[in-house]
Amino acid sequence: MATTTATLPSITKPLAQELNPSLVTGNLSYHEVTDQVCEIVEGKVHRNWYIGFAISFTIFLMMVGMLGYQLFTGVGVWGNNAPVAWAWDITNFVFWIGIGHAGTLISAVLFLFRQKWRTSINRAAEAMTLFAVACAAIYPVMHTGRPWRTYWLFPVPNLDLNMWQNFRSPLMWDVFAISTYGSVSAVFWYMGLIPDLATLRDRAAVAGDKTRALLYGIFSLGWRFSARHWTNYEKMYLLLAAISTPLVLSVHSIVSFDFATSVIPGWHTTIFPPYFVAGAVFSGFAMVQTLMLVTRWALGLENLITPKHLDNMNKIILATGMIVGYAYATEFFIAWYSANQYERFVFFNRAFGPYWWAYAIMVSCNVLSPQIFWYKPFRTNVMVTFVMSIFVNIGMWFERFVIIASSLHRDFMPSSWGYFKPSYVDICTFIGTFGFFMTLFLLFLRFIPCIALSEVKGAMAAQAHLPGHDPVKGTTPVHAGGHH
Amino acid sequence: MGLMSFFAPRVPKGVYGLMAEYDGPDTLIEACKAVRDAGYKKTDAFSPFPIHGIEDALGLPESKVGKIAILFSFTGATIALLMQWWTGVYGYKLIVGGKPFFAFEPSIPITFELTVLLSAFSSVVLMLLLNGLPRFHHPLFGAKDFHRVGDDRFMLVIEKSDPKFDENSTRQLLEGTHPKSTQVVESN
Repeated sequence: MATTTATLPSITKPLAQELNPSLVTGNLSYHEVTDQVCEIVEGKVHRNWYIGFAISFTIFLMMVGMLGYQLFTGVGVWGNNAPVAWAWDITNFVFWIGIGHAGTLISAVLFLFRQKWRTSINRAAEAMTLFAVACAAIYPVMHTGRPWRTYWLFPVPNLDLNMWQNFRSPLMWDVFAISTYGSVSAVFWYMGLIPDLATLRDRAAVAGDKTRALLYGIFSLGWRFSARHWTNYEKMYLLLAAISTPLVLSVHSIVSFDFATSVIPGWHTTIFPPYFVAGAVFSGFAMVQTLMLVTRWALGLENLITPKHLDNMNKIILATGMIVGYAYATEFFIAWYSANQYERFVFFNRAFGPYWWAYAIMVSCNVLSPQIFWYKPFRTNVMVTFVMSIFVNIGMWFERFVIIASSLHRDFMPSSWGYFKPSYVDICTFIGTFGFFMTLFLLFLRFIPCIALSEVKGAMAAQAHLPGHDPVKGTTPVHAGGHH
Repeated sequence: MGLMSFFAPRVPKGVYGLMAEYDGPDTLIEACKAVRDAGYKKTDAFSPFPIHGIEDALGLPESKVGKIAILFSFTGATIALLMQWWTGVYGYKLIVGGKPFFAFEPSIPITFELTVLLSAFSSVVLMLLLNGLPRFHHPLFGAKDFHRVGDDRFMLVIEKSDPKFDENSTRQLLEGTHPKSTQVVESN
């Protein structure tokens, strides 16, 4: 069960021929699953982890430097200008929030639909949600210019503002939506972690590592796997899933209200809420694929993240990509059908104006390229999936940029027309958020079981009746103890 | 009810109960049914994952988390509506494009979000309270092999505080359910 990197050849070759319908392949026993997942956290740190962490942390420091510079100099260090007053900041905010949505979708919506295949990816996907929300939150907070006054965004009685917020503003709705989303996702994730932290606690205690046993002990709250506790726990988990499902739909709808309730042609459309939600799911699943394929390769988790998972996620990418493509077409039809000259101009300008290149990248990455997923061998191929997930990430970033910049840069009067070019601070801050994201994700892989043990074992118990599956024993003899 | 047992007095010293270990979820369920049918109430099962049907097998009532949490969701909605109405109409009258100071339509998003927030946090807090967590010390943590429940073990415990508990007859009952092993759990 060594987590070797010698598994590289097996994932680069097409996996279609070794397709197995089950979710946990290789007939692992419960104990082997525990070992395989816990060893990542308990074992020696792989050299690749240090390399990855050093790179991510350096990029993160660059972001800190850029934000510090912006803080002391002013928002003017960004490239935002008079017609394009919202630019990369909001683009990146919507991009990161959208990425977070797939995590909630996997953990909550697929849970409600009893999709057992979600179990080996939901923990990492939820972590991705949290870190993506953290990256997203940087932008509105920094765009206020005075982040130390962020509490002015919340209805906190205070003496220096001396007024109440305007709750009729979509920007206030956004404050409530994002902060609720962030905190509920954090709690949902932590609750899912408790049984696994308890497993790590027990293993650390047996291995005689008192510091780890104490820390995991505190965070697992004294969980002891009691059936009486599981009953309340399962009810709570079901409720959180049921609550998070409308929550995730509401969050991106409310983000889209920031645009849809304005009077800017190209923003003022009723299609925005469903269009944004579909786009968020689309981009989020792409990011899950990117992260999971890297994790699977680096940690040797081929038995737990199987071609079945890639197949299912690629089907969702194909479906949501087509919804997004349909929304692009609808926007153009409505612009023509409205007979409104400003609306028509904006959409013609969007595809053929100065930002035509951004529009072309968006359509080719989001609408055209996912079509290859109609062909099953592509859906289950690791390399194809990985490259496609990067394409979709790029395409969805450009979608937000196109919506924001191309709608703003040609104001109603030609004398107010302009063009947005990012400053180096814009670019370095955005690259920096990836460093921040990866730093958090690598820390997560190192200290927290990246696969939900208790859920995977539950799924294994459910498939125990299949021939060749005996999770109590497994095929290979269970090696003794958890000492490494 | 383990409500707030974090602050509860320690379990008395001596025998805490009898524990039997089983080789899988199916045998554990069968044993739970046998123990339930024999009339034991102070029982508990331990498994690395929630086992489907174990509540019935142990005769556990349905969890109260949902019923109480729904009260908090109404509280969230009420707080949100009152806040938006009071601040808009009395707290700070802000004129924006001649729109009403309070109306239901623009109040929906924040009302929804606060409803969600309070339901989510209340379900979590209720789960912890009803389970008596956090609780860092428990006699069971001293039982042999109990530290492997989170890995791959399946255990059943009958507490000494059960009125029907008798060390010999209870052990005989447990031995009849084909356990891998049985043990006496001591509290110290």
